[in-house]
Formats: sequence, structure tokens, C-alpha cells
Amino acid sequence: MTDMVSTQKKNVVHHVVSWLLRNHIWVFLALTMAVFSFASPYFLTLNNIGNILTQGAFIGILAIGMTMVMIDGEIDLSVGAILALASALAIGLQDHMGTWPAVFLGLMSGAALGFVNGSLVALSGMHSFIVTLGGLIGIRGIVFVYTGENALMVQDFSYTEIPEIYIGPLSLTAMLFFALALFFQWVLTSTRHGRETYAVGDNIEAAHDAGINVKRHKIINFTICGTMAAVCGILLSMRLGTAEPNAGKIWELWTIIAVVLGGIRLTGGFGSMWMTIGGVLTLAVLRNGLRLLNTPNYVELMVMGAVLVLALSLDKLLNHQEDGR
Amino acid sequence: MNFDLNAMLRRHGLVLAFLVFLVGVALNTDAFLTPGNILDVLRQVSITGMMALGVTFVVLTGRLDLSVGSMLTLLTVIVVDQHNISGPFPAIVMTLIAGLAIGAFNGLLIGFVRLNALIVTLAMLSFLQGLVLFYSGGSNVNVQNAQSTWFAVFGRGNFLGIPVPVILFLLGAVVAGLVLQFTTFGRRVYGVGGNETASIFSGIDARWTVFWTYVISGFTTAIAAVIMGSRVMGAQNTIGQGYELTVLAGVILGGTSMLGGSGSIWRTVIGISMLGFIQNGLLLLGFPYYVQWLVTWAVIIIAVWIDLGAKRGRIFA
Amino acid sequence: MSDMVLEVRGITKTFPGVKALDNVSFDIRAGEVHALVGENGAGKSTLMKVLAGLHRADGGEIIYQGQPTEVSGPLDARKKGILLIHQELSLAPELSAAENIYLGAWPTNRFGVLKKRELRRNAKSALEALNCGFGPDVRVGTLSVAMQQMVEIARAEAFSANVVIFDEPTASLTDNEKTQLFHTIRGLKERGVGIVYISHKMDEIFDITDRITVLRDGQVQGTVETAESDLNQITRMMIGRTLDAYFVKAEANFGEEVLRVDGLGKQGLFKDVSFTVREGEVLGLYGLVGAGRSEVVETVFGVRKADSGRLFWKGGEIKLPSPRESIDMGMALVPESRKEQGLVLMMGGRENTSLPHLSLFSDVSVMNRTKELAVFEKYRSALSIKTTGPDQALSQLSGGNQQKFVLAKWLCADPKLIILDEPTRGIDVGSKSAIHELIADLAHQGLAVIVISSEMPEVLGVSHRVLAMSEGAVVAEFEGDAMTEENLIDAVSHHRKGIAAE
Repeated sequence: MTDMVSTQKKNVVHHVVSWLLRNHIWVFLALTMAVFSFASPYFLTLNNIGNILTQGAFIGILAIGMTMVMIDGEIDLSVGAILALASALAIGLQDHMGTWPAVFLGLMSGAALGFVNGSLVALSGMHSFIVTLGGLIGIRGIVFVYTGENALMVQDFSYTEIPEIYIGPLSLTAMLFFALALFFQWVLTSTRHGRETYAVGDNIEAAHDAGINVKRHKIINFTICGTMAAVCGILLSMRLGTAEPNAGKIWELWTIIAVVLGGIRLTGGFGSMWMTIGGVLTLAVLRNGLRLLNTPNYVELMVMGAVLVLALSLDKLLNHQEDGR
Repeated sequence: MNFDLNAMLRRHGLVLAFLVFLVGVALNTDAFLTPGNILDVLRQVSITGMMALGVTFVVLTGRLDLSVGSMLTLLTVIVVDQHNISGPFPAIVMTLIAGLAIGAFNGLLIGFVRLNALIVTLAMLSFLQGLVLFYSGGSNVNVQNAQSTWFAVFGRGNFLGIPVPVILFLLGAVVAGLVLQFTTFGRRVYGVGGNETASIFSGIDARWTVFWTYVISGFTTAIAAVIMGSRVMGAQNTIGQGYELTVLAGVILGGTSMLGGSGSIWRTVIGISMLGFIQNGLLLLGFPYYVQWLVTWAVIIIAVWIDLGAKRGRIFA
Repeated sequence: MSDMVLEVRGITKTFPGVKALDNVSFDIRAGEVHALVGENGAGKSTLMKVLAGLHRADGGEIIYQGQPTEVSGPLDARKKGILLIHQELSLAPELSAAENIYLGAWPTNRFGVLKKRELRRNAKSALEALNCGFGPDVRVGTLSVAMQQMVEIARAEAFSANVVIFDEPTASLTDNEKTQLFHTIRGLKERGVGIVYISHKMDEIFDITDRITVLRDGQVQGTVETAESDLNQITRMMIGRTLDAYFVKAEANFGEEVLRVDGLGKQGLFKDVSFTVREGEVLGLYGLVGAGRSEVVETVFGVRKADSGRLFWKGGEIKLPSPRESIDMGMALVPESRKEQGLVLMMGGRENTSLPHLSLFSDVSVMNRTKELAVFEKYRSALSIKTTGPDQALSQLSGGNQQKFVLAKWLCADPKLIILDEPTRGIDVGSKSAIHELIADLAHQGLAVIVISSEMPEVLGVSHRVLAMSEGAVVAEFEGDAMTEENLIDAVSHHRKGIAAE
């Protein structure tokens, strides 16, 4: 009897330890939060937590799409530019067709560009790094041409009130982030498409041999990634009331940082939305906490760089990853 | 005959398409293929070109360097600031040393600790941006005696009617090309990029080879920073933002493979100049400035796709 | 007799330069284990890939359950009930056992949502039928190789396979795991599944199989009942007397000791390995795949690290070298995998030849092209390599010509010791005998030579002395008249039996 209890305990401990080994970002997140709550009395207030969640949600929504693509073993560098285009279209088209059709077209632009990225990767066999690097440059070009190099201002200011819905400290943007993350976690674990994602990223030969349509599969994930970028762009346009042609510049890098920090590997086949949420929140907490402490903003950038290399080394150490490139 | 044409298109299709573009633009504008305009374009590409020379070494080993943009910013801030404090010569020396040091640090993490190059250089991008703000305190720096310093020669000078930055770029290209094609080090770079395991079995120390490519990348970026500082006579905190992508686009456009082992300096020179001429040609044809970015997108996709398609013998994967 | 499940008639498959399968016919009955044996390059794996739909045959037909059948791909094969269990497993480590069993064929509703309960239940019964000892929910990446293999075998249950093809299934299994695997195979057999069993390991073949078909040079040498056959018969059928069986052995004229290895060991790979090799001597290193031969020589050369052991070079003790130091001392290693370890395939012959000796081909770090070309031309004619020029990418050459460049790159610096790891694997007969002659010639010139091979006639034909390796240990040494196939087989198989008995 006691034996059983102790083995059960062991099992629980074992499970917790192995979960933490895979999701070490949450340990790190807890540590970071502990440090900041000691350092600043304001940090653990409801208000500030709400701020962190809202601030983190933008990169977070991008990170959801990036996670899907990265588990496939691919990457999407064009999310920042897609975000800018969606935000510009959502504001720019409002005068011609009304708010919601404009928002819808903004969303569609993201889906379409994601589809283009995915099709180019799947059909040409080029590395997604190259395809989306091209996309990053080209789509940003479209944004500048469309906006005429100026920031577009919203005419109807009720537009900026759309995301002003709160449940406690949770803003609509933050709620959307969590809802989407949970939805895609469900997709990853419980649908055919989700399981295909791991199979393709893990062992593409086996996936192909098992009759999975790898090309169609990748196109779908890039389309999801593009759509997420558009969602992020539209939320940003609502929050700011303007669409800057430079909006989202180098956000693709922040997104990759968040996802990799979470423990997702560039080699593919590994990861979950839990890791991504962990990475996104850690990034947001770090940025917020450092600002609360009134550290100059260069500290934030330097800490991020250091933390990223640290996370990578830790992952290599813990999981004995042989990853020369 | 048909086969010859095919082989020719495969090998030089990109260059041919580019020549067609040049002729097309030249027929529609008067100013395009004049020596003055050509030198202008070359002057514009000299900074990204100089950086691309070093990045080519890195890409040839099958790795990446995304930190060169931030590095350019930092080093430009350093060269300008130090110019004010201790004069041009010490400023240049310090900049070159800083470039070598940052490259060495990248090389250490990627070559010896064997961490993923994309993430390490991404982290470095962020870190160096922080370092820029730390160093400059957030404000822009300007060369105080801009009118009287000989430092101006690197970005603004002419030698025999040719802009000095163009001379530096072409000189750098020749040196880099010679190193890659004719030295034992160049051979090691191609070896490691082509097949790292086989190179190790051939007694090549892949760790050192990778390390040195990052040092070279840091060094060429330092030279680019000197040119940049001299041309602008100042430095903003974002002066090099996005340069890493332009540089990479040029290297890829030239046809150097991201998987390593195939490519060359002259290809990079072609690729990066093509970007410059496309930009210039489109402007002369009267297109809005940012249309060139769209065209760059299309050109990268088409160029790499053709290259890949030719190698595998069919268009679709 | 019992009914045929699968019959292969007159299958032919040609690759550029090699006829891999030449009019091959054989059949599999329901409820039998049918061994497919032959030396490396005999055509076993090609045949298996044709059956599993990975290759398409040039001619001949496959009769499956009485019907002529086209197998269009691996998924098609799996659906029809033909399952290949490959040496490299086709699993996704992040997915659960259940999901891997039904990889790509998961039960879903029409919106693509997994029917997890059904998936789990079906997988569970498949795993239970095999007595696996783990549940359907376990992540495959956390399982041992043996258990991962069980996941693949469970596919046979799940898809009610009629034919299961095992390709070297015991290559990375311990003896206990092997016993378990054989138990499973017997279970499949009892349920009427036809099993093809491909292996190098003769003791296993006599243990588990009912019939044996021997392949040699892409042709069937015959099919025998296992019970009515013995090791000698099979070995003779496998080896036969082919064109390249005329080996040239260098005259025994030995000089000073070049290399002495004393007690070399590495945890989990090999232990207490000692040997010497002298000038003008060809030392053979025989052992089955996985015996640790390649690991030993790679450690001596410096590509791997050792835990223990001493090295003596020309009588003086040296510390374990780096590859660079080995090369500079005069050691050369022609590695096992030409494509992965031997050559930079996108480079030409000229650059590959000089790669290990860049300092010899350069003046103050500048490559000397004239020297490179001279050496390239010298070896091109000396080894009669067929290539269009010094810069033709080696990926465009045949295996034999590629291998000659591997030799050229090591010979051009006049080594004192050359180690050849499976130097004739996967190359055509003509190139093979050229390489055998070369080995004799090198020994005649006074080089010390170590030849590793799993082809017994080769190792016996070219060597003056043979070491037999098994399970990471040197188990016997033969010289002169004692160098016979029987002795070698005895040494290796006795050792394995000894280990199994422990």
C-alpha cells in the first residue's frame, strides 16, 4: 500500500520533472517574475499584469503562427511586413467600404500572402528562409507603395474603441491571444492537421511514405501564419488608430526570439503552444520588468540577446541536441 | 545546339536576364548607362557590398550572419564618436578591432560551442542594438570637424575620378575573391560548407574554419562602418537597421547556396550590384521608390528558383 | 504446401552502371520466415525496396495473393498489407505510439478531428497482441530502439499485414531484446503472416527462418529449406566463385612495425583492442556490421575519442592524435561512407585530392594549381579514373570512380599506413579487382595496410593476417594456413553464442 503510494508519488514527480525539462521556460518565467516582484512593488499589481499581457499579446499572436511553421521545420520572416499591410488595408479601406469589410480584406491579405509563401516553398523546394526573406522585403515595398509612405489615420474613432473590452485586467487583445493559442494547441494535439505537423517536422520521409500530402500541409501552415500576422496587424491598427508603413519592423525577429526562448527548435518536429505562451510571457515580463525598474532601454536589448543564447545553450545541454548549424 | 543553349541558360541565365534588364532601361532612359550613373550606383552599393563580401564567407560554410546590420550601426557610432575624441586614425583602428572582436565572439559560439548560427546572430543583433544605445546614450553622433578631416576621403573622396568607397569595395572583392579561390583557407571554407564530415575526416579543423569566417564578416562590416561614418559624417542609432537582410538578399541573389559549399565572391558582387542597378533603373524609369523592393522580391524568388530548378533538372520540387 | 502470399517473378532492376537485380524470382508462403541473404551489394535491399514500393522494377512481376499487383508506393504497399520494417525506423519521435502506428492514417471525423478514443483502443489492442509492455500513449522518442521497432511491428497488426519484411532488425538490439523480437516474429508467423528476414547474421538466420534464399550479384543462387541446410552450404552459395575472386596477395616481406595499438577502449563501442601492423603487411579486420571495426580505426585516426589505450607509432608512444596530426604522421583513412565521410561531392577531383594535404599543395598558403593538376593527372591515369576533367563535380561520377578519388586523395601524400574501411562496397566488379590489385601493390611498396571488410573472401584474399572482431572485441587472430572461412565464421559466431549464453 505505502509502496503503491510512493511509486505513484514517484510517477508524479517524474512527470513533473520531465514536463519541466521540456518546458523549462516556465521555470525561467517564474524566476523572472519572482525577481521583479521583489525589485518593484508595482510589478505584481493586477493593473501591471494586465499591461504585460496586452503588450505581450501582439508578439504572441505572431508567435502562434510562427510556432505552426516552425514545428514543420520551416520559418517565416515576412510576418512583420504582412502585419503592416493588413493594418494599412484595414484602415485605408475603411473610407471606401466601411469598417468590417476593410478588416475582413485586411485579414484576407494576410491569408493570401501566407498562401503565396507556402506555395512558393512547397512548389519550388526553396528554403523558407529565402522565400520569406524575399517576402519581407517585397511586402514591405507594397506597404510603402500603398500608404504613399505616410501613416494612415483612422477617420472614425470608434474603431479604436473596439478592442477596449476588458474582463478584469484582461484586454480583448490578450483574450484573443490566449483563445487563439489554446485553439491552436487543440489543433496541434487533436486534429489530423496538427499531428501531421509533428510528423512532417520530425521525419519528413516517414510522413511522405505514410501518405501525408506534405506540400498541401505546409501551404496550410504558412497560410495560418500569414493570417495570424494579419490578426496582429489589425489589432495594432485598432490600438493605435494609425497604420505606420514601418509598423512591425523587425517584429519577426522578436517573434522568433519568443518562440525559440519557449524551447521550440528550428530543426522542427518539436514544440507546443504551451512553450510558445511561456516564451511570449517571459519576453513580455522581461521587457515590462526592466522598464519598471527604470533601466535604460538598451539593457532590455542586451538582456534579450544574452537570455536567448543562454536558452539555446541550456536546451542543448538538457536535450543533448547536436545542432551544428 | 539546343543543349548548349540550355546549359548556357542554366549557368548564366540570371546574368543574361540582368543584361536584358540593363539594355531595356538604357533604351528608355538617357542617363542610365553613363559612367557617372554607373559610378553612382556602385557608390551606393559599396557599403552593403563590402559587408556582403564577409557574409559570403559565412554563407559558404552553410551558416548565417544576421548580426551585421546591428554591428554596422555600433561600429559606425564608434568610428564617428572616437573620431571626435581621439582623431581619425585611432578611431579607424578601434573600429576594426571592435569588428574583429564581435566577429570572434560569434565565431566562438557558433564554431566552437556549436550553437545554431541563426539564433546566435539574432541574439547578437539584439545585444549589439542595446550596446549602441548604451554607447551613444540614445543620441545621434556627428563628426564635429566634418569639413576639415581627412576621414572624409573614405566615403566622399574620389581617386582618378572614381569614388573611393567604390575602389575600396572592388579592392576588397578582389582580395576576398583571391583568398577564396587561391588560398588553403578558401579551400577549407568550401570543404566545410560542401561536406563538414568529410572535411573533418580530411584533417580540416571545421571549428577554426567557421570561427575565422565570422571574424572576416566582422572585419568587412568594420570597413563598411568606416565608409558609412565618413559618408554620413555622423551616425544615428538605427543607421544599419535592416542591412543584414539586404546583404543576405544580395548574396542569395548572386546564387551562393544557403546550404554551403557553392558560390563565390564574384557572384556576390554581381548579386549586390544587380540590386543596386535594379533600384537605380526603376527610379530612372519613374517608378516610386519602394517598387524596387517588390521587384527585389520577385527577382530573388525567380533567381533562386531557376538556380534550384536547373540543379535538380525540373522546375517543381 | 501452404499457400503463397507473395511471389516475385523475373524481377530486374538496373541502376546506372550496375545491374542490381537480374531476373530474380522467389516466393513467400503464409506463416513462414524466409531469409534473404547475400553479401553487401548482392541486391537484398534493392529487392526489398521493390517489394515495399520504394523502387520500381524495370521488368518482371509481383503476384500478391494470387493476383498480379503493382505496388505504387510505400503507402500503397502498407494498405495492401505489405509492411517494410527498415533499419532506419520510419517514426515521428514526438508523436505517441498510437499515432505512429497509424501514421498518416489516423481515424478522424469529417472535420479532421482525431477520434482519439478509437485510435487509442485500436493501437492498444495491436500493442497488446504483441505483448509490448508499453501503452499507446507513450511518446515514441522516449522509447528504446527495440521498443520503437515494436511500434513499427504493431503496424503489421493494425493494418493486418500479410507480408512483413524485416531489414537487419537486430542491428542495434541487445541479446535480450533480440530474444523478445524473435518471440514476436514467431507470433506473427503463427497468425499466418509471411515474413521476409534480411540479415548478415548467420546464427539468427538458422535460429528463426524456415527457408533461405541466397542472392549474389543480383541473381538468385537458390532457395533451400533451413532445416536441411548448414552454414557451409549457405556461405558457399553466398560467396561462390565470381570474376573478382582472383585475389592478388602481396609477397610477404615485412619490415618494421608501423603502428601498435594497445588496449584501446571506448565505453559502449569497443574494449581492450590491441594489434600491430608492419611495413609491407596487409592486416585484415573482419567482423559483421556493428562489430566495432570502423569505430576502432576512426579512433586510431583521431576522428573519435577513446577512454583508454595507448598508441605507438614506429615504436614510439604517441598521444591519441587529431586527424590533422595523423595525416601529418603519414596515416590515411579511406572511410566507410564514401559520400558522407570520404568526399566533398560538389567539388571536382582536383580539389578533393588535395583537401587533406593543403599545405603540401600550397606555397605560403597559396594553392599551387600546377601541382594539383599534375597530381590529379597522375592518379587519373594510374587508377584509370573516368572523369571529364579536374573540376567535374564528383557527384556525377560512378561509385567506383568516386572511390578511386578517395584512394587518390590519400595516396598522393605517400602515407606510411593506409586504412581501408570497406573499400569495395557498392562498386562494380571491374573497379573492385583494380582496388584489390592496388592493395597488393601498396604492400609491395612497403606500406602498412589495414583492410576492413565484411566480405570474407575479400578479407582472406588480400590480407597476410586477419583479426576477427565481434561485439567490440578482437576475438581471434589467424595467419597463414589458419586463414580459412570456416575458422573466421567459427570465431565470430562462437563468440556471439558465448555472449548469448552468459
